[in-house]
Amino acid sequence: MELKVKVVDRKRGLAEELYLPAVLAGLRLTVHHFMRNMFGKRDVVTISYPEEHRRVAPRYRGRHRLTVREDGFIKCVACYMCEEICPAHCIHIEAGEVQDKSVEKYPVVFDIDELRCVFCGLCVEACPKDAIRMDTGIIAMAYGERDRFDFTRDLLKDPYHENEKTKFRSVPLPLSEEEALPNSIAKVGGGH
Amino acid sequence: MTLVIDLLLNPTIQAILKILVIVLGFVMLTGTVLTLMERKWSSAVQDRIGPNRANLGRWRGRGTLHLAADAVKSIFKEDTIPQDADRLIFAIAPFFSLFAAMVVWAIIPVAAPIGSFRFQITDVNIGFLLVFAVTSLGVYGAVLAGWSSNNKYAILGATRSTAQMLSYEIFLGLSLVGVFMVNGSVTVSTIVANQGQYWFGDVIPKWGVFTQPLAFLMFFTAMLAEMKRLPFDAPEGESEIIAGYFLEYSGMRWSAFMLAEYIAIVGSAALTVTLFFGGYQVPWLHGDGFELFGYLLPLPLFIVTALQILAFVVKVVFFCWLVILIRWTVPRFRFDQIMELGWKKMLPLALANMLITAVWLLAWDHWHL
Repeated sequence: MELKVKVVDRKRGLAEELYLPAVLAGLRLTVHHFMRNMFGKRDVVTISYPEEHRRVAPRYRGRHRLTVREDGFIKCVACYMCEEICPAHCIHIEAGEVQDKSVEKYPVVFDIDELRCVFCGLCVEACPKDAIRMDTGIIAMAYGERDRFDFTRDLLKDPYHENEKTKFRSVPLPLSEEEALPNSIAKVGGGH
Repeated sequence: MTLVIDLLLNPTIQAILKILVIVLGFVMLTGTVLTLMERKWSSAVQDRIGPNRANLGRWRGRGTLHLAADAVKSIFKEDTIPQDADRLIFAIAPFFSLFAAMVVWAIIPVAAPIGSFRFQITDVNIGFLLVFAVTSLGVYGAVLAGWSSNNKYAILGATRSTAQMLSYEIFLGLSLVGVFMVNGSVTVSTIVANQGQYWFGDVIPKWGVFTQPLAFLMFFTAMLAEMKRLPFDAPEGESEIIAGYFLEYSGMRWSAFMLAEYIAIVGSAALTVTLFFGGYQVPWLHGDGFELFGYLLPLPLFIVTALQILAFVVKVVFFCWLVILIRWTVPRFRFDQIMELGWKKMLPLALANMLITAVWLLAWDHWHL
């Protein structure tokens, strides 16, 4: 089979052959950016973590938290739904008995290895009691040792109190409508 | 007291002091600060904040502490030598690059001579030919580093580096022949002094960029290629051959290569300034003060010298800045494009420049055109 060759005439004028006019035009853009960012109004795309945080959408799956009832008791009834459905097998529950017969069980041990978690959100979908949620908005966990990623029940219960384990936290919820837009940046001050 | 003055009048002591002040005081300082400034200016061009996190407690200093952090890191990093590498050559390769980068500063004047005291370390007759000779040795740095590393990526970088640097040395020299013809000499002080003359009766200074604009463009391009800076980045080919010829170097040895590269940037900026932008000359500043259209603003000699040194520093920093900006303006050339640009475009242009300059000078001499 004969190949049909199509000759494309690429016109290169003197300006393109010289290359200099293109370099000068490029330099104009470069110098414009330089002057603007150095001396004029700085317009950078950098987010200065940890002073600024990237806002996350309300449905963003961050670190888990265990919800509580009005009286402060944990909502989770240790039904093992989340442990069964977790694809990474990172949840470990041990049930214990509760005197109140409408509740029956509570988790004595509820451990999540956040390092194994794949943040799929299936545990949230599977829970019948809305006991586990991933809406903390904590997106960055940077610890020095592996065992700091093992979160126990009490640590999962209160994500909004700063303690040693939950040091790396992002913007607390709830968010207003415009704060919930992706790519908006939240300035985190002191003392949340 | 007289002993001190006798010591200071000794030309050897003067040369040593000049080396200390110019090389240690200015060159090393500027080269080191340039490593940080490259990152900050590059980030300004790219709409981001550069390094700004190195801190002492709460004081961040807008990134200046990164210099100290880099130094400490380089010193404490493990010094690895690949298993089958040629240990001797691996060890001495950085010195070639450093040597070539620094010796260039021996002939660069920073201010006008006062009496018999020259503000350059030495004023040899051969002047700029020293630069050519020494930068040829700079090729060895890259080649030996790549070859002794026993690494295919390094060899690739070394091969490309050899071809590129050798070729562009030729164009470096050829582009300057026009400058030497115009000035009638290769001695540096003569060339800089000639740029202090004016046209049209003291209005437009006779800087090299006006007398030899084509030579300036070619020299600048050839210097970019010599320093292996973008767009002639193929030997360092960051995204292609990892790091090229200094791939296996770590810690202080790598730091030597990096420092050599940045000192070369400062050195070539200084060469450009000396050859084409009047060196230390400030326009309309003569030995006794500013003089323009007959108006004279008298200034004492040390103010004049200080202004000249300041002008030199400002011009050198400007060209360093330009070199860094060009890095982010022009995409990297393919290696065959580098060779083609050199041999097919710059060589004829350099020869044409020589021809035109020669004809012009002859015509000027014979018919006072």
